[in-house]
Amino acid sequence: MTAVAEESLERHFEHTIERDQRIEPRDWMPDAYRATMVRQIAQHAHSEIIGMQPEGDWITRAPSLRRKAILLAKVQDEAGHGLYLYSATETLGVDRADLTTRLIERRQKYSSIFNYPTLSYADVGVIGWLVDGAAICNQVPLCRSSYGPYARAMIRICKEESFHQRQGYELLLTMMRGTDAQRAMVQDAVDRWWWPSLMMFGPPDADSPNTAQSMAWKIKRHTNDELRQRFVDMTVPQAEALGVTLPDPDLRWNPDRGHYDFGPIDWDEFKRVLRGDGPCNAERVARRRRAHEEGAWVREAAAAHAAKRRDS
Amino acid sequence: MSDLYEVFVRGKRGLNHVHVGSLHAPDDEMALRNARDLYTRRNEGVSIWVVKASHIAASSPDEKDPFFAPSADKVYRHPTFYDIPDDVPHM
Repeated sequence: MTAVAEESLERHFEHTIERDQRIEPRDWMPDAYRATMVRQIAQHAHSEIIGMQPEGDWITRAPSLRRKAILLAKVQDEAGHGLYLYSATETLGVDRADLTTRLIERRQKYSSIFNYPTLSYADVGVIGWLVDGAAICNQVPLCRSSYGPYARAMIRICKEESFHQRQGYELLLTMMRGTDAQRAMVQDAVDRWWWPSLMMFGPPDADSPNTAQSMAWKIKRHTNDELRQRFVDMTVPQAEALGVTLPDPDLRWNPDRGHYDFGPIDWDEFKRVLRGDGPCNAERVARRRRAHEEGAWVREAAAAHAAKRRDS
Repeated sequence: MSDLYEVFVRGKRGLNHVHVGSLHAPDDEMALRNARDLYTRRNEGVSIWVVKASHIAASSPDEKDPFFAPSADKVYRHPTFYDIPDDVPHM
């Protein structure tokens, strides 16, 4: 392609974004935009898929049939969300099987939050409330992301996430109305999940080199710190209604800012977990790999069946 | 080998099928079942179409302007092109 032709395509691309229109799969886009979208959507898809594991551990130990049915539906949704997102990634010219390979070979990342263990049933509730609550904060603005297939997948996902957050909060309310031991379980789970939930928004703006470009391309609509603050402001009154203490002595309302101030986040822990040294990284990836390998015969049998019917 | 299928769902009677996304399946029957599990977990549909992505012919975004140009200059195809006196009822 000539330099002039490319310049004209680039102008058209920029103009589409300026007018708040969506970029669609077969449109020309800069290589860096395509690479950023592939990386972001694939990481998001992997997070949904790996995200089935922490809660999936409790399906066989749910305290009642009602809770078991809810948890099954929720984990099935996570699988669905992963597949909507793989579908969106594929519109950018990557192969879905290749993405799974990149995940199990640890060449692509997923959200650091899923590398923490779920130690009691209260964790199921806290994940719904805090982890899915943080995810909703992140994902609602992504419904207006500039890449059409991603934005449409996010709309479907956000509709379903609301169920996830509410079932979690209701579970916690039920436990808080129970025994002292149950209340202690809830508080313990909150203590363990609060800080990792704040880390879900990513590094602080000063250490997030890609943010400016992603905002210019309207892939992201708000910075990491803006979304983190929004989450804290939304969550504090929910914690009060629940009757739990968020584990941060510096957390208090700041009337001058009109926001809650909160204490420093341990970014060394974040980097450590992201690098692969979290409590469950190895286990999560190993289990995903095992599921993929143990499912190979099903894929092969389905393909053989399809081939046989085609030939007969 | 699995094929890429595009999925279209009719939300309820009286509406068109609308594209909702894609999935992989070894054959049409599995594609339909997978589409049901993936795209209609909450009564989102009463009917599903699946079609192999390779069977879809699509207009190219690069030729968007010339391709759709014939429809841009025929203003007489729109009802507002015609001046009708205000006192003529039901028109």
